[in-house]
Amino acid sequence: MSHHTIDAKDLHYIYPDGTAGLNGISFHIGHGESVALVGANGAGKSTLLMHLNGCLTATQGGLSIGGYPVTAKNLKIVRRSVGMVFQDPDDQLFMPTVFDDVAFGPLNLGFPVAEVEHKVMQALETVGASHLCKRPPYKLSGGEKRAVAIAAVLSMSPDILVMDEPSANLDPRARRRLIALLKTFEHTKIIATHDLDMAMELCQRTIVLHQGMITADGPTIGIFQDDALLADSGLEKPLGIQNCPRCGNRCTG
Amino acid sequence: MLNIDRNLFDIGRMDTLAMGDTPLHHLDPRAKLMTTLAFIVAVVSFGKYELSAMIPFFIFPLAQIAKGDLPFMYLLRKVMIVAPFALFIGIFNPLIDRETLFRLGSIHISGGWISYLSILMRFALTVMAALTLIALTGFNTVCLALEKLGVPRPFVVQLLFLYRYLFVLTDEAARLARARSLRVFESNGMGFKPFASMVGHLLLRTLDRAQRIHIAMCCRGFEGHIPILRPMRFGIREIRYMTFWAMVFALLRFYNLPMQMGLLITRLFT
Repeated sequence: MSHHTIDAKDLHYIYPDGTAGLNGISFHIGHGESVALVGANGAGKSTLLMHLNGCLTATQGGLSIGGYPVTAKNLKIVRRSVGMVFQDPDDQLFMPTVFDDVAFGPLNLGFPVAEVEHKVMQALETVGASHLCKRPPYKLSGGEKRAVAIAAVLSMSPDILVMDEPSANLDPRARRRLIALLKTFEHTKIIATHDLDMAMELCQRTIVLHQGMITADGPTIGIFQDDALLADSGLEKPLGIQNCPRCGNRCTG
Repeated sequence: MLNIDRNLFDIGRMDTLAMGDTPLHHLDPRAKLMTTLAFIVAVVSFGKYELSAMIPFFIFPLAQIAKGDLPFMYLLRKVMIVAPFALFIGIFNPLIDRETLFRLGSIHISGGWISYLSILMRFALTVMAALTLIALTGFNTVCLALEKLGVPRPFVVQLLFLYRYLFVLTDEAARLARARSLRVFESNGMGFKPFASMVGHLLLRTLDRAQRIHIAMCCRGFEGHIPILRPMRFGIREIRYMTFWAMVFALLRFYNLPMQMGLLITRLFT
């Protein structure tokens, strides 16, 4: 697969109870792009992410990853190339130790043992967590859990990284460390988040979802300065570009 | 409500103990597991009224605790936590079985009391052995040893998941219980009713989480098989360890040492 692209054409998804999750979503994400997916609670962000690795299948429309349509037949290829980091690391770290967890993906992909060990240690080093490798996941702090969850995905060498609220529940320093780490990745990235300041730092492009539809898709900075659009989509300007809370002026420094 | 939290930390301590660095810790888990199973079989196979012959068996857990640098009082407390279970199992024995087995002066000791004490001793021995095994090896490694010994995979995976999510579940239960207790004030908090709904909530949350975990597993290529890399080496040390204890168990099982010693002493003095 030479191009790590994502193409969605008129995606519709209706939950079994009849609620509409997605109402006709189309976009193209190019190789190496970093895209923020923002929207109020219930806008359809998580539903969309679930489509990207075939956990949910669109009721109408189609999705393709790197040119492969996401169908039952291509599921293995798609999951191999899309690394998904879940919102709650406890859902993702289910193995007895950190090492076992990071090795779970590569072992399932059938890599030889020596290569698995190498990949695991490399992934743990990338996120700065190699010292945790023998620890059981329930004994880690929130920041450590998140780092290990990312390593668990990196060890499969995915082309595309999909993250659901990566900065949620992190303390400011752990959040800062995460942002610095994500900046070093050259993968195609899709980050669903409420942390608009992080979105500004990491993503040149932003897609705004509202009630299962895309209300805006364009350069991040332009979207976050559009007060009317943000208000309509249940969002607020990122703190970084709001006026100073004490004097009310725009900080230029 | 802090009780739940405290017990949780306590379970975690077993894992810390398992990270010790004594020769016993480094032994292949399969050897330790099989020896402990042999020990349990030997102890359980004694007759209903046997008491004295079981006493020497304490040497196995005690030797493991000493050699493995384990905290004796901590393990004893753990045994005590499960003790009520054994206390109630045999509680009716003295009432049902009233036939006198022997007399101590004017006191008639009935068969029921002996079999009750025998149950308690078996309980203390087996639970202590199982706890030392886990404290020396770690729960997860014991599970892996089970798998290598041919226990069906679904069973082992169930145990691994049980242990992994026990902490998450207790955490959630503790949060629910705390949220309730903070709003109870002086009243009785509507009795048992909120607990029923809490259990329901926990079940629903667990189902939700199970689904999310399953999705996370599928995303990383899960196809019904959980691969774990853990090289195990069964060498000469393991064989020595197992043979030694197997011989000790056989000796203690077929020769009632305390009785032999008692007979020897009485013979010396008569």
